[in-house]
Amino acid sequence: MRPLTRHGTSRGAARAVAVVAALSATLLLATGCGVTRGPQSSDLTMLIPNSPGGGYDQTGRAAIAVMENDDITGGSFEVTNVIGAGGSVAMTRLMNAEGDDRTMMTAGLGVVGSLYSFGAPYKLDDATPLAQLIEDQEGVLVPPDSPFETIEDLVEAWQADPGSIVVGGGSSPGGPDHLFPMQLASAVDIDARNVRYVPYDGGGPLTSALLGSKIDVGFSGVGEFTGQLASGELRLLAVSGEERLKGEGISQAPTLTESGIDLVFTNWRGVLAPPGISDERRAELIGMLEEMHETPEWRQALEDNGWIDEFKTGDEFTAFLQEQDERVATTLEELDLL
Amino acid sequence: MDNLSLLMGGFGSVLTPENLMYCAIGVLLGTFVGVLPGIGPAMAVALLLPVTYGLDPVAAFIMFAGIYYGGMYGGSTTAILLNTPGESASVMTALEGNLMARAGRAAQALATAAIGSFIAGTIGTLLVVFFAPALASVAVEIGAPSYFALMVLAMVSVTSVLGGSPLRGFIALFIGLTIGLVGLDLNTGQPRLSFDQPLLADRIDVVVVAVGIFALGEALWVAAHLRRSPVRVIPVGRPWMSRADLKRSWGPWLRGTAYGFPFGAVPAGGAEIPTFMSYITEKRIAARKGQDEFGRGAIEGVAGPEAANNASAAGTFVPLLALGLPVTATSAVMLAAFQGYGIEPGPSLMTDQPDLVWALLASLLIGNVLLLVLNLPLAPVWAKLLRIPRPQLYAGILFFATLGAYATNLQAFDLFLLLLLGLLGLLMRRFALPVLPLILGVILGPLMELKLREAMAISGGEVDALWSEPLAVVIYAIVLIAIVAPLVLRRIRPAPAAVAVEEGLAEDATPDATGDLEEEEKVR
Repeated sequence: MRPLTRHGTSRGAARAVAVVAALSATLLLATGCGVTRGPQSSDLTMLIPNSPGGGYDQTGRAAIAVMENDDITGGSFEVTNVIGAGGSVAMTRLMNAEGDDRTMMTAGLGVVGSLYSFGAPYKLDDATPLAQLIEDQEGVLVPPDSPFETIEDLVEAWQADPGSIVVGGGSSPGGPDHLFPMQLASAVDIDARNVRYVPYDGGGPLTSALLGSKIDVGFSGVGEFTGQLASGELRLLAVSGEERLKGEGISQAPTLTESGIDLVFTNWRGVLAPPGISDERRAELIGMLEEMHETPEWRQALEDNGWIDEFKTGDEFTAFLQEQDERVATTLEELDLL
Repeated sequence: MDNLSLLMGGFGSVLTPENLMYCAIGVLLGTFVGVLPGIGPAMAVALLLPVTYGLDPVAAFIMFAGIYYGGMYGGSTTAILLNTPGESASVMTALEGNLMARAGRAAQALATAAIGSFIAGTIGTLLVVFFAPALASVAVEIGAPSYFALMVLAMVSVTSVLGGSPLRGFIALFIGLTIGLVGLDLNTGQPRLSFDQPLLADRIDVVVVAVGIFALGEALWVAAHLRRSPVRVIPVGRPWMSRADLKRSWGPWLRGTAYGFPFGAVPAGGAEIPTFMSYITEKRIAARKGQDEFGRGAIEGVAGPEAANNASAAGTFVPLLALGLPVTATSAVMLAAFQGYGIEPGPSLMTDQPDLVWALLASLLIGNVLLLVLNLPLAPVWAKLLRIPRPQLYAGILFFATLGAYATNLQAFDLFLLLLLGLLGLLMRRFALPVLPLILGVILGPLMELKLREAMAISGGEVDALWSEPLAVVIYAIVLIAIVAPLVLRRIRPAPAAVAVEEGLAEDATPDATGDLEEEEKVR
């Protein structure tokens, strides 16, 4: 600030600069620039593979809020959003933190696809899988004036002429909204390569394409469309999970298996630790997540967000990851995207 | 005029001294956070939203409205003063705005931005009040072919800002288009030009490019000439807009509003195209009038794009309130905020919760008024910031530009990218390549590709889908007229006047890079 006063610049300007500088400093602190901590501390770090407000962020932060509130870990969490390449950047950071037993990362189906798209040399189960936390169902959505009243109508028309149906989703190839229609097509004997998939940048643009009848059918997470479904702006033909969902405009939609299609597809999220941590520490971290899962606060968080309680840990989760990885790889291979 | 009485009812519930105080605090907070480089309106609103929690809904609305308008205006302030736009919508404002600031007219630039925002925001909000439901149902009918046609129109318009040397202009444009290609291909999920660097997969942010090329490139260029040129202190201008400034701003404000609102109201419109179209239009009109200051700091070039930006922002309330569709990052943040206040946007919103909606719209209008009242007197104060001596000023710009680039993602890689782009900016100035076509290439290229491929994916590769929408056909007709008309006119009427206008266009299209060059040479 010295040069300012020396040149006799008005105090107003100097003050403005000071305010800006102070605010920037606060901002940097608020976004978290690393906190020094002693070796005895029980503080942990949670890596989130997308931006604040996204799906992984919501799940990760909800879990942290419960653990901090009930003092499950005996310390606090530092949350770092590592944005980039659909989670590959965060995954790289986790793999590089080998042996760091105070770091966790939120991951999910989208990260599996991204690791393939970017040719990453590792898979999710190369880290230390801790637990799956939740599950989200995908839905099959059509505009209200669509000729398709049921999922059977859609499948029939689709089988008759795969090229006549334009499907849209809120994620790029490899993401959940892309994998779901491709796996559905395969399940009803349609060559996935004949599926005409149009990627949209998230639920907003997908909704407007559906409302304007630019595409015939949309595939996306049901949770994002509760408002449009309740008001009848969109119609839900089927849900992808094992059980029907609750809610206005939602509960009447059957599951795929109910409709005679042998496919259960869910978008899931869970927690990983870096590779190379001790078995004792792994068991300890899993124990914390188990304790978190039992709390009423977590029940509430599940209900508030419309998440399905699908909790599995340890080896069961590892096996699940391997199976998921295989399914994603098969789908992408069928589409020549690998 | 049923809506009018409902709006008055909204004012009745909102206008209390206490609420006005909340609104004023919101405007000031929004402005100060929005002024920080790298923080666009979306980020400013997201950061400050928690401040409104715990207030009753009406107080929260009005404070939110203040934060929203303050954040938007704060972003324009940094664009004008420091040449570091916080989001792609204020890139156009930075062009002429910063030139004005360096010519000692920062206060006028800030004032015309504030009044333009006010007028555009007010007209836009009133249009939302009366037409939101009707507009929303029309807007979703507009599909990828029409958007693509608009991009073609914008691309054709780019040719008028290529500058004196078309070759140099096209080189810059193609560098920009190339930068726009970097990243994951949305349709196949394959990385392009990312050199196995996962951090390049999410495309290079337009803001990083603009800050690198504009602010960093400029600072390096000035630094390279510092010893060889005498110290040039930015002249102290008048603190207020003159009558002539006002007269020159009126047209651009209204035309900018007319461009911005429709783009905001359609789901995939955005603010980039209307701000750019407004800039081009004002430049052409100024050239025709023979008083073209573009390239040296034209007030029209700030008034128009700023109004277009704000009108577009107001327009985004149409899909947001009527359909529950967030179409920009800022409106996605707002959707979350509204849900927090108990508003569930959707077609039934206007009938289900009229009290809340009218209180919200009244709040937006009041927030807009307070922004003007609070920020107009501040303009000369901000402008004094530029009286800091050049070495310190540019050091400060470098500091804030770097901070801004880092704050967005907290990735050290972005700093490397910023420096690389800054170097590119320096080289472009050295070889007199205009920077504007480059930025437009980065903005328009990916949008154009996205819409073309969406249209093609929907039609299954049938090219005639591109003119399957009436709106698209109308736009192509305009494109054709824009290309053919000057050629025909020149042939049938080679009057000296017409030729003069054409030449004037070409010469006055001197981009700011060459403008800088000339300026620097004059100094030498």
